[in-house]
Amino acid sequence: MGKIIDDFPRWEPRRPIEGGFITTKFNELLGWARKYSLFHYPFVTACCGMEYMSAASAHFDIDRFGAGWTRFSPRQSDMLLVVGTVTQKLAPVLRTVYNQMTNPKWVIAFGACAVSGGIYDNYAVVQGIDRIIPVDVYIPGCPPRPETILDALIKLQEKIQKQEQEWRWKKK
Amino acid sequence: MEKEVILKALQDKFAQDIIRLGQQFGDDIIQIKKKALLPIVNFLRKEPYEFTMLLDLTCVDYLDDEERFEMVYHLFSLKNNIRLRIKARLKESDLKIDSVTSIWKNANWLEREVYDMFGVQFEGHPDLRRIFMYDGFEGYPLRKDYPLRKRQPRIPLKRG
Repeated sequence: MGKIIDDFPRWEPRRPIEGGFITTKFNELLGWARKYSLFHYPFVTACCGMEYMSAASAHFDIDRFGAGWTRFSPRQSDMLLVVGTVTQKLAPVLRTVYNQMTNPKWVIAFGACAVSGGIYDNYAVVQGIDRIIPVDVYIPGCPPRPETILDALIKLQEKIQKQEQEWRWKKK
Repeated sequence: MEKEVILKALQDKFAQDIIRLGQQFGDDIIQIKKKALLPIVNFLRKEPYEFTMLLDLTCVDYLDDEERFEMVYHLFSLKNNIRLRIKARLKESDLKIDSVTSIWKNANWLEREVYDMFGVQFEGHPDLRRIFMYDGFEGYPLRKDYPLRKRQPRIPLKRG
């Protein structure tokens, strides 16, 4: 048989960084934690849903950016993805879903219809979901490419990192 | 069975109810008086013609015509592989037509759609109420005189 390799480098515990601690601002720590643990709620109403599925599944995989966990209850999620056309009939439902989400929460308008009503300028369709709820990031496209969605997610993460964080025992 | 045989049989039996016959996009069209709708579709539904499928039921708004609305029924006979289109004109002042729900079950929702979008009353319909638009929506959105920019939001919207 071959010879036993004895000169394989042995594992040694890494020496701790000098001083044993790091310093940061609590606000930035919280932003860092929050931007990589987005639970999203897909409010899917139309054909953009196919692109959402593509972005959420293995090919494009939003889990690489820490947003892979899909929640099907708005109470457990903090990123609302409004994917597709929102009609006047549906508007109260969307507002209820938004109100049910716990803070902190962010909204992405996904696709031309959610952004502006898209090609549907008629009696039935709300001309952009920002008339009902506040929106953080708008994704154009009919439907948007999955790369656009990933780009929007990264932009939302930048926004979360920079923004003033809310927490429960914060003095107001 | 050839479609000429069916058309001949219709013309023999309902000579005074048929206004005109025509052809468009490869299918035959029969324009009828609205009161003759039920007898004619009953006749077509039974043997030997067997138009067992109601493919579609819809309405067209011809705003300037005296008989403003036109009901359109698309029928299909599975047995004979024949399509047939039946049209009937309605006046705005008398916007009623017999329901065909007793002959084809799927007419239920189709007639509700036409009622919702055009305001046509279907006599004998078991459950005639709006199907697409919400409670409190006023007017009929697919009519040509429905204002293009009119919006009826259910909740107050921010100005865009």
